[in-house]
Amino acid sequence: MSQTITTTDKKPAPRPDVVGGHTLSMFVNNEPGVLMRICQIFARRAYNIDSLVVSQGRDPQFSRLTLGISGDPAGLSQIILQCDKLIDVIHCYEHTPDDSVTREMALVKVSVDSGEKRTEVLQIVEHFGGKTVDMSEGSMIVRIEGASDKVDAAIRLLTNYDIVETVRTGKVVMARGEQST
Amino acid sequence: MATQKQIELDGAQALIKTLDALGVEYVFGYSGGAALPIFDALETVESDIKFVLTRHEQGATHMADGYARATGKPAVVLVTSGPGAGNTITGIMTAQMDSVPMIIVTGQQVTWMLGKDAFQEADIFGITIPIVKHNYLVRETNALPRIAKEAFHIATTGRPGPVLIDVPKNISQSPFTADFEDELAAELDLPGYKPEKAMDVDSVSVEEAARLINLAKKPLILAGHGAMISGAESELMEIANKMECPVTMTLLGKGVFPESHPLSLGMLGMHGTAYANKAICECDLIFNIGSRFDDRIIGQADKFGHQAKIIHVDIDVAEMGKMIVPDVQVVGDAKAVLQKLLPMVEKADHADWLEHLNGYKKKFPLGYKKQGGLRMQQVLDEIHDLTDGNAIISTDVGQHQMWAAQFYTNDASFKWLSSGGAGTMGFGFPAAIGAQFACPDETVISVSGDGGFQMTLCELATAVIHKLPIKILVLNNHYLGMVRQWQELFFDNRESGVDLEGNPDFVKLAEAYGAKGINIKRPADVRKKLQEALDYNDGPVVINAECIKTDNVFPMIPAGAALEDMLIEPPKYKMDKPIGST
Repeated sequence: MSQTITTTDKKPAPRPDVVGGHTLSMFVNNEPGVLMRICQIFARRAYNIDSLVVSQGRDPQFSRLTLGISGDPAGLSQIILQCDKLIDVIHCYEHTPDDSVTREMALVKVSVDSGEKRTEVLQIVEHFGGKTVDMSEGSMIVRIEGASDKVDAAIRLLTNYDIVETVRTGKVVMARGEQST
Repeated sequence: MATQKQIELDGAQALIKTLDALGVEYVFGYSGGAALPIFDALETVESDIKFVLTRHEQGATHMADGYARATGKPAVVLVTSGPGAGNTITGIMTAQMDSVPMIIVTGQQVTWMLGKDAFQEADIFGITIPIVKHNYLVRETNALPRIAKEAFHIATTGRPGPVLIDVPKNISQSPFTADFEDELAAELDLPGYKPEKAMDVDSVSVEEAARLINLAKKPLILAGHGAMISGAESELMEIANKMECPVTMTLLGKGVFPESHPLSLGMLGMHGTAYANKAICECDLIFNIGSRFDDRIIGQADKFGHQAKIIHVDIDVAEMGKMIVPDVQVVGDAKAVLQKLLPMVEKADHADWLEHLNGYKKKFPLGYKKQGGLRMQQVLDEIHDLTDGNAIISTDVGQHQMWAAQFYTNDASFKWLSSGGAGTMGFGFPAAIGAQFACPDETVISVSGDGGFQMTLCELATAVIHKLPIKILVLNNHYLGMVRQWQELFFDNRESGVDLEGNPDFVKLAEAYGAKGINIKRPADVRKKLQEALDYNDGPVVINAECIKTDNVFPMIPAGAALEDMLIEPPKYKMDKPIGST
């Protein structure tokens, strides 16, 4: 194998023209090519998709997308309108933290070479309400779920140990109250 | 009924039957392997569809485009897979940029070979996503009638645009096993597409627009292609008269309000009239009806109409605030909006404002020198005169286009066919062919430069075969004139890639195709030679006008500059390179 690519959890250097943390929710036709149409709108306008969750809706004719995106904030309302304009997009909303709940889940594989370290990792996992989903002689996989900043915090603490890799699901979002998303 | 017959249909036949039922009059196209079943169905299915074989797929798209711009109805483009489909890209993009309805049917490799680099396989679905209103890759034979119906609905409603249907050969060749009549009659199910909302205009925004209109002392109407597409001509006339308001038009809006009307200021923008651009700078209200505030209109966005309140009427909500943030946005069909607005608008008297603008009209008229050789402006001015401004004009892009816009004034919609957004060279001549098919009794004039004409001149064969009496005006300066103008003004007159040395003898070329050719070399001959061309109706005629090589178009707003920085005549100082859009 070639050189291992380290999957660190470093954040990219901040850029003044880029604002992250926007969360869009889309309800779309469940057909091949729909994601391509949406991604082109973001790419053309220099937006990056930071996280993406796609899953079939209750009615299998439709899919639900949640996108975490970053880019020039001045262009965001344009992007939402352009996405909404696609024939395959039923609707597209931006969600703010105040009007919605956001959750994500991370699996973190930690290499633990001593019982002491294993205990410490388990304490962290317990603190964050996580679960151990795999355990072997020298490693364990833990599951952390919750709001993105909670997952961030857990991973930050686990960075003190030897993280082999992390996988995050990306954000899923739902409007609070009676409003449908 | 006739159940037995329906079972015998294949997918291609079901597709052609559907297109026929949808009222398609013309299919422009070029055959090839993957489209064989569909071409065969053109022969085996009894229909009213007329097929026109072009000489290049790009020509087919521009013909369908010209047909649609002259009628408001879509035509169909039918080509094969791979390079055939690839050659349609420029034409599809041109239609998309200018909101022109079009249906493109492309043949495709068989479904089990897709993604395997099979012969003449191209992912035309993926390639065209950014340049269509919508597209389909058909994966089920029985879905063909539904998809064709959806494609028509999408292409022609709301903000129109091109829709592509990619049909793999096994799909078109397989038996159609559903009940054709049932499939044809089925209700459309497009939950993400609600164009009917454009007819239901929000009352609050219309009231707010009326309030601004009634407060305005120096209003200006900016009418665009959207007003034309919605058929709002009479409402526009009524509201302009009631407001006593001058009207300026975009390049694509030319004719939606009669340019000969006293309230008309003609076209605005980069090469628009001085008085239209001055009106934008001085007015206190810009009432935009169906224009998307193109960058060639607004120049420097933050200075555009900075003294004015802005009302933006557009059917496409995604145009709101894209270029200019309006004070009031009214989303809806232009005609529906104006109908709702008219009763709320008070009769106004703006005599002082009109008098002021008339002063500009007298001070800065569009004109040209009659000495020093043959000028494109003179040719256009005289052909306007000879045809009473009633011909259908199609153009390419560049100097000839801007002069045609200035000197071939239009008094009616659907008579000015020009590639605005895309700025496509080679558009004018094939678009004229489409328009002449659509309007056989009208005079159709294709206006091109020597550069653009050579990009699609192979369609001379198409025009000759069908004996189309198109007047093909080649305004020949042996240059890519607009680019040369920019090089002269902004790049110290360093000519790079603009000298079209090696042009053919266009008269001989026309004759080689079996068309008539006429040369115009002297200003004194223009009228006589143009009349000769207009009198010849046995087929196409190419009029090669040898014009001054280094003339420049004015007025001019350098790209990205503010409208008040418009140049009315050649500058006497060296200009900075423009930093705005191209």
